[in-house]
Amino acid sequence: MKEATTSKIAWGWLALAAVFLVYPLVFQSAFFRDIGVLLLLAAISASAWNIVGGYAGQVSVGHGMFFGVGAYVPLMVFTHLGWPPLLGVPIAIVVVLVLSVIVGMPTFRLQGHYFSMATLAVAELIRLLVGTWDFAGAAIGLSGPAIPRGWWDLTFTSELPYYYIFLGVLATLLLVTWQVQRSRFGYYMRAVKAGERAAKSLGVPVRRTKLFALMLSAAFTSIAGSLYAIKTGFVDPESGFGILVSVQMLIIAALGGAGTLIGPLIGAIILIPLQTATNTWFGGGGSGLTYILYGGIIVLLARFEPGGLVELWNTYAPRRWRSGSHAP
Amino acid sequence: MLLLQVIVGGLLLGAIYALFSSGLTLIWGMMNFINFAHGEFVMLGMYAALLAAIWLGGGPAVFGFASLLALFVLGVIIYISLIRHVMRGPMLAQILSTFGLALLLRYTAFWLFSANVVSMPETVLSGNLNIGGILVSVPQLIAGVIAAALTIAMHLLLTRTTIGSKLLAVAEDRNAAMLMGIRPDGMQALAWGLSAGSAGIAGALMAMSYPWSPSVGETFGLTAFVVVTFGGFGSVPGAMYAGLIIGLIQALSAYYLGPIYKDVVVYALFVALLWLRPQGLMGKA
Repeated sequence: MKEATTSKIAWGWLALAAVFLVYPLVFQSAFFRDIGVLLLLAAISASAWNIVGGYAGQVSVGHGMFFGVGAYVPLMVFTHLGWPPLLGVPIAIVVVLVLSVIVGMPTFRLQGHYFSMATLAVAELIRLLVGTWDFAGAAIGLSGPAIPRGWWDLTFTSELPYYYIFLGVLATLLLVTWQVQRSRFGYYMRAVKAGERAAKSLGVPVRRTKLFALMLSAAFTSIAGSLYAIKTGFVDPESGFGILVSVQMLIIAALGGAGTLIGPLIGAIILIPLQTATNTWFGGGGSGLTYILYGGIIVLLARFEPGGLVELWNTYAPRRWRSGSHAP
Repeated sequence: MLLLQVIVGGLLLGAIYALFSSGLTLIWGMMNFINFAHGEFVMLGMYAALLAAIWLGGGPAVFGFASLLALFVLGVIIYISLIRHVMRGPMLAQILSTFGLALLLRYTAFWLFSANVVSMPETVLSGNLNIGGILVSVPQLIAGVIAAALTIAMHLLLTRTTIGSKLLAVAEDRNAAMLMGIRPDGMQALAWGLSAGSAGIAGALMAMSYPWSPSVGETFGLTAFVVVTFGGFGSVPGAMYAGLIIGLIQALSAYYLGPIYKDVVVYALFVALLWLRPQGLMGKA
């Protein structure tokens, strides 16, 4: 019985992978391919947030700081050193690891609220500083290579290469998360989430678990930021460190189901087309309404179903389907 | 002389920080719950004051009371409809509830009032007072003094009255309080009303001297976090001292480093505090 369930889940993932692989070949217009790329990027960031916010239960409301560093550093090494932006990716990861220690070390000694408050404050602090820092382009921001000097600049006119690069990164991230959550460290994270005191009494290294989860999450969020900057070829304080960046990761993961593998993916599949639709319908004024909508969705989720759509499915779907589609 | 003027201005603004932060610390101390929408309450208090000044006329007493009342009611409604259901739920639900509320309130305000910077009508209060060569603006002085008086009143309410004892009893031990015939739900609704009301009137006081837009809520919310952490978990006197100190630090950093750095310095101080003294000035960890 158990094996049957496992193979059903595996088939489900394979089917999903197949859909993602053929999507841009079926929908060839730039509009649909663009949505696909946006969706993959949102799924990558939300899945990265999910490691610390979902599995370890430490709710970051300022993950934009890691995304922003990931976006800025590649364009910085290009602007000031002339390097291909790709070389900035590992440097950005080092920076966000240091940043996670600065935010995580003091707050993980305390109750969970302090971590959330600190993420919000540090994200805002960095946004303000970057907005006045000339080396980072201040309020105007930075641009990437306009004309590619070679394939290594990753500047393509078509959406297609980006789509498959993003898909590869998402697959890697989900594989890593899957491996992590079934390792000893994964059990530690769930124990910490379920109750720190109980976890500690069972010998779980609580602080180290939280810090490692944050570092892993930050590293992948930084990669998401780098992908964004390389693809867009431009970043400014708002698109790198703005509050919407942090909010989007959180809402997508929570809508789908925080702490599940499939959750962030489901959240992105629902929210990104919805966001594109509201922006198209309401024109330039749409972004304000998008925020109101996001705020409303977050409040409703918190009030009625903090487990997100995955939890809702597990509660209400017919039993026959439920076990088969239970997120691993 | 200019420096002294900067210091006085910082302390007067700090008194208002103390007032709305004591509202945040009340909820935090009583329910171990952090309200991410507290800054938005202050922002709504500013708009409530503006609308009351336009529609009802009258002076600071009228629009101050209107803001207090409007936000008190909003606080109670938010407690009953939202907070009561999430406060003992998972951490994710607790944080998402008020974080989502903050977004909802902030961007609804953008939608209703537009992103334009507004200020109170000219007629409200104006002028400067010359005290021994230091120029102090009259609205700032009045606002600072009223804010300090209200913060002290909040402290006295909690420590010297029956209602205060009941509130603290619920904070101490919900079940024991229930056995003593106190209804925790009513007390917690009252605490949310007081907390939001303090933010509302603080907003009205600030509106008298500072122009604002819907985005100020985020800054005030973060400022309140810093003040409350600095002052110590759940301590109103701590919030009072810390509010004055943060107001002073902000004024001095704006004076010496430039206005854009006033918030940067405060947020950096927050991170430093978490490293060095997370229990705050008067807290017990």
